[in-house]
Amino acid sequence: MTTAVKEQRTAAAAAPAGKRHLMPRWRDYGRPRELVVRYLLLLFVLGITVGPLLWQLLSSLKGVGEDVFGSNASLFPRDPTLRAYREVFDQVPVWTYIRNSVAVALLSITSQLVFSTLAGYMLSKPSWKGRGLVWVLLMASMMFPFESIMVSLFLGIRDLGLVDNVVGVWLPGFVAAINVLIMRAAFLAVPREIEDAAMLDGAGEWKRFRYLYLPSAWGAILVVTINTFISAWDDFLWPLIVLRSEDHFTLTLGLARLQSSSFGYDQRLVMAGSVISVIPVLVLFVITQRWFYKGVSSGAVKL
Amino acid sequence: MTTLSPPTKDPGAAVSSRGTRAGEPGGRRRLVRALRPGPTADAGGAALYRRWWLPWLWMSPAIIGVTVFGVYPFLNTLLLSFTDAKPLGGAASFVGLDNYTRMLGDADFWLATRNSLLYAVIVVPLMVLLPLMLAVLVEKNLPGIGFFRSAFYTPVLASSVVVGLSWQWLLSDQGLVNTWLQKAHIVRSAIPFLSDSWLILLCAMGLTLWKGLGWYMIFYLAALGNVPRELHEAAAVDGAGAIRRFWHVTMPGVRTSMLLVGTLTGIGSLRVFTEIYMLGGSTGGPGGADRTLPFYIRDVALDPLTGNAGYGSAVSVALFVLTLGLTLLAQRLTKEDTA
Repeated sequence: MTTAVKEQRTAAAAAPAGKRHLMPRWRDYGRPRELVVRYLLLLFVLGITVGPLLWQLLSSLKGVGEDVFGSNASLFPRDPTLRAYREVFDQVPVWTYIRNSVAVALLSITSQLVFSTLAGYMLSKPSWKGRGLVWVLLMASMMFPFESIMVSLFLGIRDLGLVDNVVGVWLPGFVAAINVLIMRAAFLAVPREIEDAAMLDGAGEWKRFRYLYLPSAWGAILVVTINTFISAWDDFLWPLIVLRSEDHFTLTLGLARLQSSSFGYDQRLVMAGSVISVIPVLVLFVITQRWFYKGVSSGAVKL
Repeated sequence: MTTLSPPTKDPGAAVSSRGTRAGEPGGRRRLVRALRPGPTADAGGAALYRRWWLPWLWMSPAIIGVTVFGVYPFLNTLLLSFTDAKPLGGAASFVGLDNYTRMLGDADFWLATRNSLLYAVIVVPLMVLLPLMLAVLVEKNLPGIGFFRSAFYTPVLASSVVVGLSWQWLLSDQGLVNTWLQKAHIVRSAIPFLSDSWLILLCAMGLTLWKGLGWYMIFYLAALGNVPRELHEAAAVDGAGAIRRFWHVTMPGVRTSMLLVGTLTGIGSLRVFTEIYMLGGSTGGPGGADRTLPFYIRDVALDPLTGNAGYGSAVSVALFVLTLGLTLLAQRLTKEDTA
């Protein structure tokens, strides 16, 4: 925000006095040579970052007659077709994968939201006995990397009879300390005076939480939702450990399996499957871009 | 829930029904006193809630969650590492330090440790610097810069499996990279990106870097906003070029963020699994030569037939110790930096 304002100011100042334009012009952005170098660099990085994914998208649109690999393969499909998308749904239980991934994501989002707001709210309240203890517990739980406790977690899931069950994939992630901390920080930012006024009006704990605190913290709620969705949707190692049968596979697992058993398979189908799996995240990103970026800086709380 | 008596079943409902009923001012004041949470800390720090268990009730799911799925599994891992527990159940017996002595003499364990540490040593400096350079590149508000920022972020959005697939195809013998290199006559025969154990490891590192670039770019962008513009202008007036300004103004200005990124990516490097799985296959490279510690833990502990959860737990403890060491090192560096 502040950089944007500053930027505008310098751009305006750079324009010759007396001839100020409301719209900045090209030369206001800097010397031409510098601009060309900047844009060339930007395009170069664009090719590196988006290129592989774009190539995947383009190849998924190729028909059977066109090579995806080898020296004869062209970058753009000569005759774009959605055949691979139709086929992948016919030949592979993509809907089952999607259903399982959605189930894990919805369960995670619901439980994370409910429990992290409740806990974050109480943790933002200054005085009740035992707060310090809870704080230590939360901090301790963040010290252990998931990979170092997954063996024990698996044995626990096994004892609960949840191996090869979507619930078993979700359960260890039903509430995360990091989200509690994010919600706590958001609730702390609500001005005291408003709460005092609400209390004078006779609003009880629940009412204040529901009608005052939750609406004020919707940004943080969105960040928690996005973070939870992405991590549930992208998770690979834990589903790989817990799930066994194809009926229970999540999308990431299904894609990896499809690829590794794909001697007879058409690579275009796997590419189409990848594109399908990215679409929900991409849509979410386009709608709530700002909050994705907010989520990045909230990740710093992790330490 | 069902064990609670009806009037206290839902604290919120009880309070609100009383609140709406509170026509008489006395009742309302009493209510406020009873429920006011905060400012009593200066009255001796006593709990403000008349019902002391109310905060605990609200906190309980989170407390149970982090205890049952965070703290307890860790303590259990410590315990398991002294047993020969099997992944599919059955009686486990105490074996003392056997797992640890076996670990110290296990060449595969050391190979996995080497791979994980090598990963950190190579990825961390690059992940600290490259996204910062990228952030500097997209910091200036040029026309269309929003598009570039979003586009650079897309690898973050795709899951590790999807980007892994993409790279796997690009780097295969028939893939785009090898085809282009051969067409340009840079190499005669295909480079074995996906069959040579060293190349697999390096490609996996590249994949980690590539996927993390956008994330840390956004992270740095926020930090760059706090570097005083005047410093840049003063340096420019003194004749410092772009590179010297980056080195002497930008980097000192975002030191704290760089340390944080270093710590986060260091810990992240020790957790790498999917990249190796996607590029090196389910064996983790030829003969398992590219396995990282998490990969090795999964292999030795969770194989239904030959798995040994006890030994896997010992390796898990080693992974935890490495992570802890890295965190402490980073904390020390941060302290020295701020002191």
